[in-house]
Amino acid sequence: MLEWLSMGGNARFVWPSYGITVLLLWLNIRWARKAALAARTEARRRLAMQRSEP
Amino acid sequence: MAWTWFHRCGSPPHFYRIAGKLVPWFGTLAALLCIGGLIGGLVLAPSDYLQGEGYRIIYVHVPAATLSMMAYAVMALAAATGLIWRMNVAYAVAASCAPIGASFTIIALVTGSLWGRPMWGTYWVWDPRLVTELLLLFLYLGYMGLRSAIEESGRADRASAILAIVGVVNLPIIHYSVDWWNSLHQGHTLLKLGAPSMPPSMYVPLIAMIFGFMLYFAAVLLVRARGEVLRRERTARWLLEVIGEG
Amino acid sequence: MSGPLSAGRAALQLIRRDLHLALRRPGEWLQPLGFFVIVTALFPLALDADLSRLRDMAPGVIWVGALLSSLLALELLFREDGQDGSLEQLAVSGLSLAWLLLAKTCVHWLLTGLPLVLVAPMLATALGAPAAALPGVLAALLLGSIALSLIGAIGAALTLGLRRGGTLLALIVLPLAVPVLVFGAQATARAIALEPLAGPLYLLGALAVLAATLAPLAAAGAVRISLE
Repeated sequence: MLEWLSMGGNARFVWPSYGITVLLLWLNIRWARKAALAARTEARRRLAMQRSEP
Repeated sequence: MAWTWFHRCGSPPHFYRIAGKLVPWFGTLAALLCIGGLIGGLVLAPSDYLQGEGYRIIYVHVPAATLSMMAYAVMALAAATGLIWRMNVAYAVAASCAPIGASFTIIALVTGSLWGRPMWGTYWVWDPRLVTELLLLFLYLGYMGLRSAIEESGRADRASAILAIVGVVNLPIIHYSVDWWNSLHQGHTLLKLGAPSMPPSMYVPLIAMIFGFMLYFAAVLLVRARGEVLRRERTARWLLEVIGEG
Repeated sequence: MSGPLSAGRAALQLIRRDLHLALRRPGEWLQPLGFFVIVTALFPLALDADLSRLRDMAPGVIWVGALLSSLLALELLFREDGQDGSLEQLAVSGLSLAWLLLAKTCVHWLLTGLPLVLVAPMLATALGAPAAALPGVLAALLLGSIALSLIGAIGAALTLGLRRGGTLLALIVLPLAVPVLVFGAQATARAIALEPLAGPLYLLGALAVLAATLAPLAAAGAVRISLE
């Protein structure tokens, strides 16, 4: 197990690579969700304003 | 028949609904493929006789690089579709591609640099693939910068569409020129970020990861695109149903 | 439907008009040239190199300087006409906007690109290039500067009227200009080393031709979008 973690001595290159990948992929999911939520809220507000106009 | 499908995709309410249904499928498949690919690549695949264990970065670097290019192609295609057919859904898709594609490019650059370090001793090498990825990142940043600099949404959509198309035409030229430049300086030494010649136990996880990333891209793209479609929609009618969907 | 003859005549009129207007304010149009000379002079000062090392650096220095100068010069391409509405008149004139923009870019190149081309041999000599290298330097910069003006016109059209347009323009144009830089610098390097430079020169020429064909179309589309 330890041997696998050390990646033949290259651990400090391999694991950060995977780390940054996972990080950015996760962040993208978060950002996408936030953007979609913001768009929905804004659409809701726009809709409410339109309907309140005489 | 294909044409009706095309026009249906272009209708915002249809797109919104269908995209919403597809996201969980794409997401789950992506997760399965990536987990499988990671197990295959990190655990099951043998070590390379030349590069030892360090080559395993390939399982994130190559999918990220592939998707960074693919995302740009999708972006340009969507942008062109938006220009030609004046389709807001297409513009929404194009706008959504950029941040995801840029992220893939950053992943490719960082992992590529970390992969090169044990092989060549420095964190950055003027390897043609890395240089092209760097320029691709600038293309993405230019696209996003142009979008954010233009306040009027319609003009932003159309202007950035032209930029995306110009970019996609230029990309092969840039790639060729960088390759040509690189061949002048490297001579005969094989200094490419060489994928080792691979037995199936090595390249099957790689294929899995590439497809996993593709489905991930599709899922996240659709999530963003739904929001973008809402932002471009002015008429209230179908929005009423959407608001209920919370 | 306007025939090719009236489009050609319109283009010539546009060229004459633009030249006329520009020559009223020559100072403005000389600034890119001044910038080119200054930037090229900065490199030896910064690097404190002897003539043989300068000679090695010369292609890169000249080309980066030319690239940055042409970026600065782009500001002049559409600024006046964009502001006073002449650009809009061109767009609705019914004539081929791409053709008219090609004409405008020609004038722009004559005023901002050609001076760089003519000054480059002098700068190359100052950086240690042999006299026999100068025709090659001239040819490479001639083709390259034409391509840069055309590519830049697309960026200028896209960023028409935007605040902070300058940095964005650089971000947009520079990646697109990389092939020109690569082939141009290599052609110049071979010229200075007195090696045959037909290869990169042909590639540079191909880029210039491609740019001349496609860039006006993209720029025309971008101008229409920017004016809406």
